[in-house]
Amino acid sequence: MTGLPIATANRGQYAIRMTGIDKTFGSVRANRDASLEVMPGEIHALVGENGAGKSTLMKILGGLQKPDAGTMEVNGTDVTGWNTSDAIAAGIGVVHQHFMLVPTLTVAENIILGMEPVTGGRIDYPKAIADVQALSRETGLAVSAEATVANLSVGEAQRVEILKTLYRGAKILVLDEPTAVLSPPEVRELWTVLRRLRDAGGTIVLITHRLDEVIDVSDTITVMRAGQTVERLKTADTTPALIARAMVGRDVILTSRDEASALGVDVAGAEEESPVTASTFHPSDDMTSAIRVTDLVILGAQGTRAVDGVTFSIRPGEILGIAGVEGNGQTELIEALSGLRPVESGLIRMSGHDVTHKNVSERRDAGLSHIPEDRHRRGLILDYSVADNLVLGIQETFAKRGILNRDRIEANAKEQIESFDIRPPSGQIPARNLSGGNQQKVVIAREMGRKFSILLASQPTRGVDVGAIEFIHSRLREARADGKAILLVSAELNEVLALADRVAVMYRGKMTKVMSAGDVTEESLGEYMTGTRMDTAE
Amino acid sequence: MSTRREQFEEAVFPPIVALLVALICGDLLIMSYGQSPATVYRMLLEGTWGNAYGFGQVLYKATTLTFTGLAVSLGIRAGLFNVGAESQLAAGGFLAGVVGLALWPAFPLPLAILVCIVAAAIGGGVVGAVPGYLKVKFGAHEVIVTIMLNFVVLALLNWIVADHLHVSETLHTPEIRNGAIPRLDAFIQAFHGSAANLTIVIALIAAFLVWFHLFRSKRGYDLRAVGLQPEAAEYGGVKVGATLMRAMVLSGAIAGIGGINYVLGYKQYYEEGFAGGSGFLGIAVALVGRNHPLGVVLAALFFATLSQGGLAIHAFVPKQMVDVLQGVVILAVAMSVPEVRTALRRARKPVAA
Amino acid sequence: MNPISFVTQTLRIAVPYLFAAAGGVVAERAGIISLALEGFMLTGAFSATLGVHYTGSPWIGLLCGVFGGLVFGLIHAVATIRYRADHVVSGIAINLLAIGVTRFFLKLAFDSSSNSPRVNGFGGNQAWYGFDNPLLWMGLGVAPVLAWVLYRSPFGLRVRAVGEHPAAAASVGVKVGRVQYIAVAVSGMLAALGGVFLALDQHQFTDQMTAGRGFIAVAAVIFGRWDPVRAAIACLLFAAAETLQIQLQGIEIIPSQFIVMIPYLLTIIALAGVVGRAVPPAALGKTE
Repeated sequence: MTGLPIATANRGQYAIRMTGIDKTFGSVRANRDASLEVMPGEIHALVGENGAGKSTLMKILGGLQKPDAGTMEVNGTDVTGWNTSDAIAAGIGVVHQHFMLVPTLTVAENIILGMEPVTGGRIDYPKAIADVQALSRETGLAVSAEATVANLSVGEAQRVEILKTLYRGAKILVLDEPTAVLSPPEVRELWTVLRRLRDAGGTIVLITHRLDEVIDVSDTITVMRAGQTVERLKTADTTPALIARAMVGRDVILTSRDEASALGVDVAGAEEESPVTASTFHPSDDMTSAIRVTDLVILGAQGTRAVDGVTFSIRPGEILGIAGVEGNGQTELIEALSGLRPVESGLIRMSGHDVTHKNVSERRDAGLSHIPEDRHRRGLILDYSVADNLVLGIQETFAKRGILNRDRIEANAKEQIESFDIRPPSGQIPARNLSGGNQQKVVIAREMGRKFSILLASQPTRGVDVGAIEFIHSRLREARADGKAILLVSAELNEVLALADRVAVMYRGKMTKVMSAGDVTEESLGEYMTGTRMDTAE
Repeated sequence: MSTRREQFEEAVFPPIVALLVALICGDLLIMSYGQSPATVYRMLLEGTWGNAYGFGQVLYKATTLTFTGLAVSLGIRAGLFNVGAESQLAAGGFLAGVVGLALWPAFPLPLAILVCIVAAAIGGGVVGAVPGYLKVKFGAHEVIVTIMLNFVVLALLNWIVADHLHVSETLHTPEIRNGAIPRLDAFIQAFHGSAANLTIVIALIAAFLVWFHLFRSKRGYDLRAVGLQPEAAEYGGVKVGATLMRAMVLSGAIAGIGGINYVLGYKQYYEEGFAGGSGFLGIAVALVGRNHPLGVVLAALFFATLSQGGLAIHAFVPKQMVDVLQGVVILAVAMSVPEVRTALRRARKPVAA
Repeated sequence: MNPISFVTQTLRIAVPYLFAAAGGVVAERAGIISLALEGFMLTGAFSATLGVHYTGSPWIGLLCGVFGGLVFGLIHAVATIRYRADHVVSGIAINLLAIGVTRFFLKLAFDSSSNSPRVNGFGGNQAWYGFDNPLLWMGLGVAPVLAWVLYRSPFGLRVRAVGEHPAAAASVGVKVGRVQYIAVAVSGMLAALGGVFLALDQHQFTDQMTAGRGFIAVAAVIFGRWDPVRAAIACLLFAAAETLQIQLQGIEIIPSQFIVMIPYLLTIIALAGVVGRAVPPAALGKTE
């Protein structure tokens, strides 16, 4: 462990002390020897990339999960393996990333649920509402106690979540990615509230992967990587670059920089490149771009503009990387490009053809391959055999007069399993029984093992082991060398930097200027990702 | 590793558990009546598989159950719970009966039977189409719609028969003029008196066709994909709505064809209430047969044996015992499926890379 | 047509629906699909008949009926909550089981495969038009009481939370399983009261005497959009239609079969969302 112990206090003084925490889900080790030490009365940032194990650690602290190994203490008492009620009783309040609110109930009902004020056998609603209003006034968390939660904005819903924990007497507040869904003014408001709570003696653990936030609001920082705690820092003594390095690991950043210089791009001071200027660099762009998206607007689940006027194009033999915090429209963009989500307005052209209103299979026939972000939901039918999964989406071509040709399906499986090194090498096994990396290889084999000209690769290495990551990356590079146009969406900054020729960032449905990979630094990307800079492409 | 074996285990263990539970419950019921379980079970087997008449009755009952079981299991494979097999069966039988009544006697018999089967399929298919359409178009849950539609369709059929088609003093239509399916006793004398008829051959063909459709055709691939993971199916270019609609119509049609067993094969007329719960029992058959056509045929034989066996043991233990056992078997299978799956999956961890 | 006899007959028909629909509302608001109402009612009717037969007291019969419903409710609860069985399958199995068990014990206790001997009931004074039956009043009162419990009591709040978003309820320490167990057990007892009324009103148990009433109650729950009072109004509406059909018999404006269809057709229409979409509790039927 490279961490520097910043507090030499004796154990009794810690608000939270977790040591040697291990937690495994199936084949995934979410935490291994993770630790966390939080002093009372501080805002403590727990940072790390997606999948670094932050949320799991906090679920263990909140009693939602039990650790496989390790100990935890709260205010000096050993509380290893407690349950939710114990945690609540001990003053731990967790605000989950996905809100734990009942949409059909009112704000007050959600807040009092589980510890309702009762007089004469019935809920004392006047008291409940008065209590909620009082708490709301004290903390500055403005909510309307009698509103139905379903009608609240996300910002309001989050305030309800915080009030819910405070109503239960939380002294230690854990917030999991609280700003992912907030607008900048709402974020500032939240900081004010958190500072006020800290100054009133509360302890706050803030899970985030936004460096600007960490610097803004925290007193102390714990950095996690790959399930482990790798660094403990005082915010005052550090810089975003140092934190970023700890988050991603020094080596990886260097690799991506090497990549950039290997491509021969001038790093220093280059102008950012918009698609418009890109097309002036390549006069025949309209003819040569494999995919061209113009003013695309896509509605999200709540009828909001999840993608709000996005324009870009990708040439054959090019990888366009889209970085950005998840939930900024990337999912909807990919779904619309693949034909899974209707387009509200705008145009999608693939290989010169308008496919805006074509369905999934028509786009596949037009040469589109798609590695979906969630292989368990979309990419695989888990109870189908590997062989059957290897023809999903192209099952038509393995059938004659509506009857499947099992021999060809098996032969195809044999071939793909061999060339993509899927293990164990059997087409008969249900996809469910493969490891995450091999499941992803099945998806990749299917999508890249056939003729295609455009590839949508969404989070292609999520939840797979290091060996598989390298394999997938090299496949993507080979495809680029082979003249394929690739749209890469990844929450892993270093993945985008390592693979993409050009990079764009999505923030709240808009896309920033497309920059050539050499012009990009972690810092500048970070600014775009957090909306600090917002020069969008037109 | 042999994964086919694992899938087989996952499919077969719950019914075995259920049978054991049912056996124990049966023992208790028999003993509560002061009888010896061994004697009663022997009686049950002798009265069913032990003599030609009893066996014929088992085959007859299993025929209808095979159709309704196939119908329910095809729906479940597509992720649809068709609780409407009862009224689809009735509607199919009704339409077959009406067409059989309308066909002139000179029409060649094999062709007449075929026309009646098509009519039965249409009858059941139309009843199946309604919940399919409401599901795809409005998202109305097919379970509730099919349950409610059972009552509507049965009331409608009762009205048509009572007001327009019945032979006076009865609840049935006049006898069909063409399309009668020969009974088995026409070929094997020993079956004399039993209702078993050649519909059983059609049932076996139907089971094979359902198997072929599900596991060997492109549309079956799509259908099962929709049932397992609709979002992945959609990603794979499957038109989910159309597939659901097709599955519901097909399910209804299969249940509808089941109606010919009684209407063309046994009585040669449609009679109010002939379905008599066979549609609901189809759910049990599909469940115990684990939604596989072969399993459905076996489960149909099992439930038919139980039902016929009730009559055989009636002298010792009330035949109502088998009604209890039916419920116990269904409940035990439903309860053990998730348990067995979890247990088996826990036992075999994902294969390391 | 006599308005008094219309009202009294409507109420008599409605009481079993009112009890069963209330049971359906409780269970479904807690997230457990309730197709077992028919079975609960049948068990209630039979147990009550047994109780009255052996003791002569309708009150003890009532208790026996409630107990029978409780047992079957707990079977449904164990199957769906503990064993995560499909709620629909469990419901259907319980209906079949109830038919089987009542038939078996009908034979065992009364040596009949059709009906029990005559048993005492409540009231029966002609001058009271059936209003001397405490179960009638209980039936009329069950919906307001249930509404109070659901919307005013802590338990009701928890039931509503569990049926909509069990994870949220669990995250604040609500014991989701326990709430569901209680809800389904209460559902069994309430529906059983409907059966008790039926058996004591007819002074005997007959095989399958509930005759689909449990499914009319299911229809009322959906048509009433899972609200106790609206479901009760739906019950009264359905019962009024039936009464109309009975009292108009012989006049034949509309064939009786079409009146029979009314509750079911209305429910299908409500589900299809033609007049205000019926939206079930979000976690209804989820077994994970």
